[in-house]
Amino acid sequence: MATSQADARDRQFLAVIGDEDSVTGLLLAGIGHVTAPPDSQKNFLVVDNKTDNAAIEAAFDRFTTERKDIGIVLINQHIADRIRHRVDTHTAAFPTVLEIPSKDHPYDPEKDSVLRRVRRLFGE
Amino acid sequence: MSGAADREAVFPTRQSLGIMKAKLKGAETGHSLLKRKSEALTKSITRRIDEAKRKMGRVMQIASLSLAEVTYAVGGNIGYQIQESTKSARFRIRAKQENVSGVLLPAFEAYQAEGNDDFAMTGLGKGGQQVQRCRETYARAVEALVELASLQTAFVILDEVIKVVNRRVNAIEHVIIPRTENTIKYINSELDELDREEFYRLKKVAAKKQRDNAETDAQMKAKKAEQQRLADSENAEGEQTENTPADILAAEEDEDVIF
Repeated sequence: MATSQADARDRQFLAVIGDEDSVTGLLLAGIGHVTAPPDSQKNFLVVDNKTDNAAIEAAFDRFTTERKDIGIVLINQHIADRIRHRVDTHTAAFPTVLEIPSKDHPYDPEKDSVLRRVRRLFGE
Repeated sequence: MSGAADREAVFPTRQSLGIMKAKLKGAETGHSLLKRKSEALTKSITRRIDEAKRKMGRVMQIASLSLAEVTYAVGGNIGYQIQESTKSARFRIRAKQENVSGVLLPAFEAYQAEGNDDFAMTGLGKGGQQVQRCRETYARAVEALVELASLQTAFVILDEVIKVVNRRVNAIEHVIIPRTENTIKYINSELDELDREEFYRLKKVAAKKQRDNAETDAQMKAKKAEQQRLADSENAEGEQTENTPADILAAEEDEDVIF
């Protein structure tokens, strides 16, 4: 637990993988962050129909494993579905992966990997 | 009591019986406490996650509606502009600790960093009001999301804790308690056995003593009878001598009286 405490303190950003509208809205709220120029990394990824799954996976991996300053990863549920196995295998406490609804895809609690874990825990 | 039964390696003494009884009591108390703990953990967290997820759905819906308003008011997509003008996060999170029945849970707290406003120019031409409103709506939405994220993190950590607690509960219920009970049974049976042995031994000793007493009694009786007989015969002799009156002094010397 001691390591996770220290770990948690450094994480002060949110990251988002989503369609253009979700990302725009969340950036408007002010969560967007671009690191210093030499290797300026964005903490958001806009996904559309042309984005292939490998790119999404790479971004997901970057946000969840490589970067240590991200506490919450927001991902549109329909995009999470495209890399479902990746989302399901992410079981670490940090960063938290949160599936959010998008404009065109209403939220479906059945698909949410965390809610599925909740349900499995209680044997429903 | 079969010897194959699972029990602890103790000597069957009264002291270890006491220890085992104390242990059983401790195990039962611990079991009920742990069970209550695991129930409390699960109940508190799942209800809150469920509520927060529902709330998130509503909030995100309102937020995307407000974004649609912005798109309409600005008269074009502002996504590209916003993505390009993003530099530094205004909306950040901070982790703090929360204690839920002895488990330290990290919780996120949202805060707004002062001073940087990346979107000062957004909506300057038109739709500024809508943009402002949209930002507020999304800020509220993100706050709800952060809250949900803390719950989710808490759940992931609690999940582990609950598993550990449940494992302990099961271990106590299915291993420690039966084993301790077995040990108590074993000690009791051994002690009973010892008791019976002891009782039998005492009975034996008592019988032996009785026999010895009877023997000595008989011997004493025999001795007494012998003495009686001797005394009688002596008396008889005395009578005979008395019958012939004699001068005691005249008689030859008396035998010495020995006390």
